[in-house]
Amino acid sequence: MDLTQNHFELFSLPQSYALDRDRLDSAYRELQNAVHPDRFAAKPEAEQRVAMQWATQANEAYQTLKHPVNRGVYLLRLQGIDALDASNTKMAPAFLMQQMEWREAIEEARADKNMTVLDTLANDLRMSHRRIETQLADLIDKAHDFGAASEVVRQLRFMDKLIAEVGDVYEELEN
Amino acid sequence: MALLQIAEPGMSTAPHQHRLAVGIDLGTTNSLVATVRSGLALVLDDQEGHSLLPSVVRYHANCDVEVGYAAQAAQNNDPHNTIVSVKRFMGRGIADIDDSASLPYRFVDAPGMVQLKTAAGVKSPVEISAEILKVLRQRAEAALGGELVGAVITVPAYFDDAQRQATKDAAQLAGLNVLRLLNEPTAAAIAYGLDNASEGVYAVYDLGGGTFDISILKLSKGVFEVLATNGDSALGGDDFDQRIFCWMVEQGRFSPLSASDMRLLLTKARDAKEALTEHTDVRVTAVLSTGEMMDATLTQTAFNAMTTGLVNKTLAPTRKALRDADLSVDDIKGVVMVGGSTRMPCVRHAVADFFKQTPLTNLNPDKVVAIGAATQADVLAGNRSGDDWLLLDVIPLSLGLETMGGLTEKVIPRNTTIPTARAQEFTTFKDGQTAMSVHVLQGERELAADCRSLARFELRGIPPMVAGAARIRVTFQVDADGLLSVSAREQSSGVEASVQVKPSYGLGDDEITRMLKDAFTHAKEDMYARALNEQIVDAQGLIAATRAAILEDGALLDSTETDAINAGIAALESLLAGTDHQAIKRGVEALNAASTEFAQRRMDQNVRRAMAGQKLETFG
Repeated sequence: MDLTQNHFELFSLPQSYALDRDRLDSAYRELQNAVHPDRFAAKPEAEQRVAMQWATQANEAYQTLKHPVNRGVYLLRLQGIDALDASNTKMAPAFLMQQMEWREAIEEARADKNMTVLDTLANDLRMSHRRIETQLADLIDKAHDFGAASEVVRQLRFMDKLIAEVGDVYEELEN
Repeated sequence: MALLQIAEPGMSTAPHQHRLAVGIDLGTTNSLVATVRSGLALVLDDQEGHSLLPSVVRYHANCDVEVGYAAQAAQNNDPHNTIVSVKRFMGRGIADIDDSASLPYRFVDAPGMVQLKTAAGVKSPVEISAEILKVLRQRAEAALGGELVGAVITVPAYFDDAQRQATKDAAQLAGLNVLRLLNEPTAAAIAYGLDNASEGVYAVYDLGGGTFDISILKLSKGVFEVLATNGDSALGGDDFDQRIFCWMVEQGRFSPLSASDMRLLLTKARDAKEALTEHTDVRVTAVLSTGEMMDATLTQTAFNAMTTGLVNKTLAPTRKALRDADLSVDDIKGVVMVGGSTRMPCVRHAVADFFKQTPLTNLNPDKVVAIGAATQADVLAGNRSGDDWLLLDVIPLSLGLETMGGLTEKVIPRNTTIPTARAQEFTTFKDGQTAMSVHVLQGERELAADCRSLARFELRGIPPMVAGAARIRVTFQVDADGLLSVSAREQSSGVEASVQVKPSYGLGDDEITRMLKDAFTHAKEDMYARALNEQIVDAQGLIAATRAAILEDGALLDSTETDAINAGIAALESLLAGTDHQAIKRGVEALNAASTEFAQRRMDQNVRRAMAGQKLETFG
């Protein structure tokens, strides 16, 4: 296993935030087809061990690139920036305001047990998530403004948390 | 003119022989064994033509063991010694079994896993399950006419690490080489997917005798990728029986029941449930040993009413799995029904309503898991090229560690594709702290006490430092069977500790060895001869495979490296002439170690070839 190879190189993909998901998926399938432990179950133990290491690495790389937040964090780390550094908490006030409003709306829908409102909220959050992803692609791939990109990655992470909270409310209301 | 093929001198023909492998569905109610013969997967019947083996084990005082129909017939008369649905107790403590009071067993609260007192002594669920697996192994060996290379054993997708480990231990105890633990819904998907050559996202709804699983899978170009799985490992047909049982007790106004009357009513309850699959009502009668009796009619409507809660209990995990996969009902192209309990009309209706489509039931729900497992076993044993399909499965429950204040820190979230590895760094809490206790947990809850405890171990010998200065890296590795191992390492000193996650819920290797010894003594088999034979077969396979690898990829080695591997082969071959199975085992390990670097280079080459196609597409 070539440990100097980054996840993009592993899948023969350009090192960018904008992602051709079909190409990632097909490269991942090809790689797992070649290295998965199921291909080596009848082979000597040394080969089984190597297969597990490779398949583990392929999964790690795929999960990193597939996930919008993880991909952003990873790309920035390749630039020497720790986007999730605990001391780095800068966040635009407008975004924080919007966050609070969303959180209140979720809480309200929960209290009112209103699924329709929750559905609308979930949809809004998803749309907003996609918008931020586009913004992040511009900052990383075109403007190369990694400082601003770090903040946007953190925003995206906030959005993930909100979407997870909506999921928890769904679960609560359904049961 | 056809050319004759001549084998290279010294090259074994073994790899080309058909290797006997089976798939085993170790079910709560029934178990099955299947294999692939002439390219066709089929369930193997016993001599009387039964394909199902009731998962019932009866122990006699003289240590004889009965398994299957004979044991099932005795369950009412000998309830303490006849164990039904043992799967529910695998990897479980007494506190985990809600209805232990209404079961006719004498439970022994052992650390980790509950045990059962029988006429033949105290037995663990692992030993009891091993009896079922042994019968299936013998059935397969008799039908196929030889020893098995290995078996794929299915487990509910929602089984946690303790339950999986217990299942693997049981297989080992039954003398089976486990090629893979395979999730039941995934096995069913293979059986269905390969038949129907489908593409798209499918849901597998698997309601068995004691467990419920829901898996969401994406089928694409021969890859079965599990996107999310959820379930309830204590919900199944048995619970529906229990509802009828309660109704019967009510109808008959029975006084507290003896163990055999309890079993009698449970048996009658199951018969009634099965009758209601075909009929709109059923007459239920029972006469107890006390002379008390009941005689009443149960309608399908009444049955549906008393079990709505149970059916709904399957829909909550279903919604959760969809949400985890980030999909809605409309994204699901088909719903596959698995498990005998999906025959109940109320279940079929509920699933059809939920998914807004008629579920697929064209394959026998009792056999589909075993068929899928056999198909996969055939691939894993190396009987086919294996390029036809690939399974990518996930862990069902998050894995984590206990941190300060009794909280859970997740290290690997649920629905992560396996195999996987994650590391997390922790630090010391007190100045001069030289030891750290690592408590491994599985579950979604925030409090450690609410999650399942998988293992505890200590990392000792950390050099004394101020609080927060030590850097302790804890690594979780989950293999392709979904089994976890954990290691911890202090980064500055290199102090290490690791566990294969077994001690607190599974059995230690010593215990397995003891049980194996006991089992072999009773079966009067020659353990030593068997161990030696297995070791020889193993060694011969390794030598053949290593030679084949050198023949194919010898160019990846320089002459010194080739000599070293050849020396390992020669050393192992000379050991094969002897009868010391321990020495042969060490020889196998030595040869494996000597060829590790070679294996890595071969894999690198594999990857380069596989990814070359991807690069070409870039320019295409």
